[in-house]
Amino acid sequence: MNMYGTDQRHHILTVLVENKSGVLARVASLFSRRGYNIFSLAVAPSDNPRFSRITIVVDVESAPLDQIVKQLDKLIPVVSITELDPAHSRERELLLATVEAGPESRGQVIQLVGVFEGKIVDVGPAHLTVMLAGAPTKLDDFEDLIRGYGIVEMQRTGRVALPMLDRADHRGQPATGTADTTEKAG
Amino acid sequence: MELTGAQALIKSLEMQHVEVMFGLPGGAILPVYDPILDSSIRHILVRHEQGAGHMAQGYAQVTGRPGVAMATSGPGATNVVTPLADAYMDSTPLVAITGQVATAAIGTDAFQESDITGITMGITKHNWLITDVDDIPRVVAEAFHVATTGRPGPVLIDIPKDIAQSTMTWYWPAPADLDLPGYRPVTEGDPALVMEAAELLLAAERPVIYAGGGILKARAADALRELAERTGIPVVTTLMARGCFPDSHPLCLGMPGMHGNYTAVTAMQKSDLLIALGSRFDDRVTGKVSAFAPGAKVIHVDIDPAEHNKVRAADVAIAGDCRLVVEELLLALEARGLSHSEATRGGRGGSPSDAVAGAPAAPGTMAERYPRERLAPWRAQLGAWQERYPLVYDQQPGPGPLKPQFVIECLRDQTPEDTIVASGVGQHQMFASQWWQFDHPYTWVNSGGLGTMGFAVPSAIGAKVGRPDKMVWAVDGDGCFQMTAQELVTASSERIPVKIAILNNAYLGMVRQWQEMFYEERYSEVYLSPDLPDYVGWAESMGCVGIRVESPDDVATAIDKANSVDDRPVVVDFRTDAFEKVFPMVAAGSSNDDIIVDPSLIGGSRP
Repeated sequence: MNMYGTDQRHHILTVLVENKSGVLARVASLFSRRGYNIFSLAVAPSDNPRFSRITIVVDVESAPLDQIVKQLDKLIPVVSITELDPAHSRERELLLATVEAGPESRGQVIQLVGVFEGKIVDVGPAHLTVMLAGAPTKLDDFEDLIRGYGIVEMQRTGRVALPMLDRADHRGQPATGTADTTEKAG
Repeated sequence: MELTGAQALIKSLEMQHVEVMFGLPGGAILPVYDPILDSSIRHILVRHEQGAGHMAQGYAQVTGRPGVAMATSGPGATNVVTPLADAYMDSTPLVAITGQVATAAIGTDAFQESDITGITMGITKHNWLITDVDDIPRVVAEAFHVATTGRPGPVLIDIPKDIAQSTMTWYWPAPADLDLPGYRPVTEGDPALVMEAAELLLAAERPVIYAGGGILKARAADALRELAERTGIPVVTTLMARGCFPDSHPLCLGMPGMHGNYTAVTAMQKSDLLIALGSRFDDRVTGKVSAFAPGAKVIHVDIDPAEHNKVRAADVAIAGDCRLVVEELLLALEARGLSHSEATRGGRGGSPSDAVAGAPAAPGTMAERYPRERLAPWRAQLGAWQERYPLVYDQQPGPGPLKPQFVIECLRDQTPEDTIVASGVGQHQMFASQWWQFDHPYTWVNSGGLGTMGFAVPSAIGAKVGRPDKMVWAVDGDGCFQMTAQELVTASSERIPVKIAILNNAYLGMVRQWQEMFYEERYSEVYLSPDLPDYVGWAESMGCVGIRVESPDDVATAIDKANSVDDRPVVVDFRTDAFEKVFPMVAAGSSNDDIIVDPSLIGGSRP
């Protein structure tokens, strides 16, 4: 395993919740009290202001996925849960890092950021703050390579994901069989 | 109609047909207490908010209606935490209403402020902090809906003082106005799965119905009885389900689990099909899970799909209301020709093998082949176990030590058969469950999941308030009694004539039993005292009748005297034998195969 869950142990749940105060705490508290491990969690309003979408990458070795989904489903503000198969979804994540970049290494850091199609977002006398958005595995690779130069601070957002589109379908509907939405029960 | 938030709250409770609530006022909830003076709702003033919560639970457990408890902010609210956790574990519909400091003061560590919605997040089905006075009727309607539907459970409404004081225009929400887009409890079972269940059931040779508290929640006792009688399948009733199937019924095997009887435990172990109805494979029932009922297929019916495959994988998992699913199952069986009752009804003290006597099968139906002949050897086996390993104790005539089991038997035999029994947690609870004969649903009130000591007195009071027509006895321990006894002041002042039997062995008896059996008799912090406090004096000071019984010869007279009092509570201090242990027992973490029976059954001696 790695700490960002870009391996087989992880499953992505996108959870549509009511946009009310305390909902994130309810979700987090459930994971904590039932001993479910989270690799990452991202929350933001959805296109409908009544609802927010929480993208959770869970560790299925800490508990069976079925249990995690059903317990989550019991939370009253949880409206629906979609499990995204990593093989059939588009996942993206954002990384911000402040890196040691003195005169001797600055050029190499900039070059590396360029290769990964990242951006320099801040410049100091001995440091650069860089930004990279992309698939989590790409961020993993970048992080491994940049570590050699010295990471002062780093922040990753945790991933967000949507199901892959069916190539034959031009109306933009998610491909069938890629997402398993749990209807509320309980 | 302009109302204050407080008035709207009380009116909303009236709209929910609340007839009684239990509570204790304080600063932040003060505005809400004012309109209570003008309300049709009876408010019972408790002496500790924990008592309010447990009374509401007792009320809910015997009536099936949600119990309502009210407390102020901070310590008032935190005192309700234990009842909420208890109700959550036992799926009891409970609505707790707590005052909160004014919205402007929230988060400032104000006097008597506590984050009660945060604290109770994990022990309520849902909770609400009201931030807009206009939300009050809708939130109350949502809270009662959530508490009573699906898998019932406790909810909490936290209402800041300024919200209770501000005004709103009254309305009452229609069902469609409830804002619960994520709450759609299932009710009916999937017909295809019900068919699968019927197939498994007809193929089984050693089936056992494993009935849990969900039967009572779903009011499915009649459906369960129909299922058992039509199929001839024996029934075990868990601690939470006592009374859902009559103990006197020949097909009833009684309670399984850590202190279940040998036959109930072993029937499950040797079963080839467990039909789990509203039960959740609690660790106190399964013992070591990997060794539990190793040869059994499992049909698991539960309204909460998260219970499926949580502990034990089910071969057929049906999400649905137990009553509806059992009724569907009966239709499915009927479609397969099984339409006539196999078992004889009623008859006290029969054995499962009697159950087939004299019930002619309709010729030409499946009932001819099933399950009479097929289940006959199984029922014969169960009957043999019952004969070989009955529940036993040895009561010598006085003045020798008084056995707790004898007290329970006398109580059982000297009270109406539909008497409601409440209990605390520990040895006395197990003795009560083992030795009482529960023949009616909703006559047993106890704390099964959380195991809350002190549950008996307040829950008995709540039960008596809910069912004033019935006799209510609490069977309590001396340790438990000391935790919540002050609520007898509530009972006396409100003229609630409950009766309390303290099985006073001067010990925290269950802990003592474990220390005796598993800690080389090293008794650590378990001795209380038989006469400190003086239970009779204490009872009398609380306005109750107090009676002390030391000899077995005096038990009957004392119970008769207690039964004759109906204008105040009665406390009977039964001085019982501290050496008595609860058997059978499956040690924690052990396989149910390693059940320890009473030593006298295997040639040993008893204390």
